[in-house]
Amino acid sequence: MARISVSGTPRPMSGGYELAIWYLMRLTALGLFVLVLAHFTIVHFIYDPAVQNANWIAARWSGAAWRTVDWLMLSAVVFHAFMGMRTVIRDYTKGSTQMVLTMLLYLAAFLIFAMGTIALVTFPAAVKVAS
Amino acid sequence: MLFRYRGSEGMLAWAFHRISGVAVWAFILLHVFDIWLANVNPTLYNDLLSLYGSPAGRTVETALGAAVLYHALNGLRIIIMDFWPSTTRYHKQLWYANWVVFVVIGIPFVLQIMAPAFGLAAPFSFGG
Repeated sequence: MARISVSGTPRPMSGGYELAIWYLMRLTALGLFVLVLAHFTIVHFIYDPAVQNANWIAARWSGAAWRTVDWLMLSAVVFHAFMGMRTVIRDYTKGSTQMVLTMLLYLAAFLIFAMGTIALVTFPAAVKVAS
Repeated sequence: MLFRYRGSEGMLAWAFHRISGVAVWAFILLHVFDIWLANVNPTLYNDLLSLYGSPAGRTVETALGAAVLYHALNGLRIIIMDFWPSTTRYHKQLWYANWVVFVVIGIPFVLQIMAPAFGLAAPFSFGG
């Protein structure tokens, strides 16, 4: 039986770490299919960017529910996007170049996850804007 | 390269998936940064958001939406073929089905996002 997919990364047959990532890519993909498409619909279709500002975010994040949903989306997207980029790096580089780029990628993933988490946790309920 | 190397639907589906994936990754770097900025410097964030609402910003927004939607639909197609390998036989049909869904969902989004760039009212209103 051919266990291949036409577009995606073939399922690693070795098991372990790589197979876990392979499954997690698909699991986060299903979560993001719902979360990201809903997010894009809300912030680009239901609300126009012209009406959005820092106060708009403060209203959206006035309760813990949307902050939780957005943090789940952040977690899934950081894993999915950066592991996807890891595949790209592994496809086009090798040796020490690949190792350095992968380490820089993990560093960037950590920074983005930290910045997003800090914003979600510490965002004030009302924003003071200098005018 | 896209049209000569093996070519056909499978190759294009893979290439578009990779290009849209890298593009969305790049936008996420910007997007997490701007949300972080909203907290640190709301005034600067509001200036940046008015750029997002400009005609150029709306064009980029439409391209972003297209990349996200293609990646989401084609990703679902990959998952289907990964877990039900017999469906791989119909990978081309599945890819064309993706494009049908892409166009049907995409058209209202394009109208809604781009209308204000031409001085028109957004076609769908939610009373907000």
